[in-house]
Amino acid sequence: MSKTKSNIKRPLSYLTLGPILFNWEADKRRDFYFRIADESVFDCVYLGEVVCSKREPFFENDLPGIVDRLRAAGKSVVMSTLALVTSEQEMDLIQKNVEAGLMIEANDVACLQVLAGMPHIIGPYINIFNKSSRDFVVHQNATRIVLPVEMNAQGISVVAERGKVSEIEVMVFGRQPLSVAMRCYHARSYGVNKDSCQYVCGFDPNGLAAETLDGQSILTVNGTQTMSHGYVVLIHELERLLSMGVSHFRLSPQNIDMVEVAYIYRQVLDKKLGSDEAVAKLRCLTNSIPYINGFLYAREGLAWNENHT
Amino acid sequence: MTSSYLELVCPAGTLASLHAAIDAGADTVYCGFQDCTNARNYPGLNFDMEEMVEGIQYAHDHGKKVLIAINTFPRAEDEKPWHTAVDKAAAAGADAVILADIGVLNYATQHHPNLRRHLSVQASASNSLSIQFYQKNFDIKRVVLPRVLSITDISTIVKDIGIETEVFAFGSVGPMSEGRCFLSSYMTGLSPTSDGACAPASQVTYKQVGNCTKSCLGNITLNQFYKNEPAAYPTPCKGRYITNGQSSYLFEEPIGLNVINILPLLKAAGVTALKIEGRQRSRAYVSQVVSTFRRALDDLAKGAKITVANDLKSIAEGGRETLGAYKKGWK
Repeated sequence: MSKTKSNIKRPLSYLTLGPILFNWEADKRRDFYFRIADESVFDCVYLGEVVCSKREPFFENDLPGIVDRLRAAGKSVVMSTLALVTSEQEMDLIQKNVEAGLMIEANDVACLQVLAGMPHIIGPYINIFNKSSRDFVVHQNATRIVLPVEMNAQGISVVAERGKVSEIEVMVFGRQPLSVAMRCYHARSYGVNKDSCQYVCGFDPNGLAAETLDGQSILTVNGTQTMSHGYVVLIHELERLLSMGVSHFRLSPQNIDMVEVAYIYRQVLDKKLGSDEAVAKLRCLTNSIPYINGFLYAREGLAWNENHT
Repeated sequence: MTSSYLELVCPAGTLASLHAAIDAGADTVYCGFQDCTNARNYPGLNFDMEEMVEGIQYAHDHGKKVLIAINTFPRAEDEKPWHTAVDKAAAAGADAVILADIGVLNYATQHHPNLRRHLSVQASASNSLSIQFYQKNFDIKRVVLPRVLSITDISTIVKDIGIETEVFAFGSVGPMSEGRCFLSSYMTGLSPTSDGACAPASQVTYKQVGNCTKSCLGNITLNQFYKNEPAAYPTPCKGRYITNGQSSYLFEEPIGLNVINILPLLKAAGVTALKIEGRQRSRAYVSQVVSTFRRALDDLAKGAKITVANDLKSIAEGGRETLGAYKKGWK
């Protein structure tokens, strides 16, 4: 690929598109992925439902077509799995995903039991915070680890330790997932319960805003998941993360032009665009949503450290 | 694995609480060391090595057990405190350790194969496949089930796994999948997962605004309530937020879990042990909750109708009680 030629002496960096966490309609998803396949600079695309198994069936029919189109465009494809598994049906779903033969991103430990030593990716919902847990999952054939969003820079540098694990991925753009639950807060907000939810989460393609009583935008509700209000933006930090041994950089889909977002990040990784300029360009795409980076600096996650040091 | 006797597992944040729990009828007490290795790392709580040895001696003298919770996730920078805690638990003669992190589980399995291992609720093992993974790799003997499961779910898991299960019986309701909630660190920078404290007291403030009290965590307003209105300690999941223009307890009401009225159902589901939450609560709380549950479990063991007056409401969070996820429709 031409983009790797320009940085031949630097460690290779890969841009990944995380799974769509929101409940987008089937047509919207399909068109989104077709455009990602045809126009984007992503190297790897994660598909699959992470948040709620009730949403899964809407995606099923389009999946083979999407996988083919992404592969034909030279993207690698990974199937992400549910972050919280409680029912027999959800366990069957994991089994089905594993049997389908795509590379799996395991987000609940249940997946590791099914994978039984097959190569896989550890997703950000499985806590790998240190070398001991890293070494254990690598020994069980995890080929890539997506680190938990809470991890700070010092922790990342220890766990990413170049050479010890082939691939380390960090989320560098989008609303940060902060918790998963059994209960559906989206349904609660709309006055219905989870069993008869009428898929109200589909009303909010970028999540439902939750403010404090004094009107501060603070959280985003996405079904059973709770996310940050702000977008994590690690652009000034890309070079540092790369030098720590991070190889894959995840952009989490938001309801904005992700093709353009990816292009901005790619240019920074290729040293064709300065960080300040990149953030300014990104700002034009993200409206008034605040940016956050606190977790990386061992601060409150919602903080924005402008100094980037 | 089903058992005819429900074991009563009780919290102890101090040696005095450990004595109180055993005197009130606990079968087992759980506690932690005074550092970030346990999920109730609050000032003035937990045990040093001398107290731990003394506590275990007291329990064993009364034919009771002590479990040591080492159930946070080691920070990459320094895993040593967690390994040291496991070594100390073994040296102190603990009956089991309660662990969550894959690395710590592996360490304990390698270095102390004969020290019984329980899987902490912080590992968020909410299905039989996950539990089997921990059982296969780390030979866990018991799993503490997350507070997100219904009685039907629990019954299915019990049948599938063939090891002991422990479920929450009384105390705080955690609506999020435990061990994977970053809301408190999002607001304060201190992590329940690695620092062992959700909404640490040092970050909590109360302000008087007219007739209302406003509770804040870090710089974030979590609630505002009138004098006689029930309110919970300001953890992010017990706050009021505005969605769709309306304020509500978005995640969970100020309410405490109490299963005393469904003990026969839990027994029928095949659970091994009942856990009382609250290592951060007082010795009086421990005495009252443990003795009430002891009487109820004794009635249950005799096959008699449970006649214990349920007078625990006043010490439940927010002064109200719920069956949480055990109840149909909670989701």
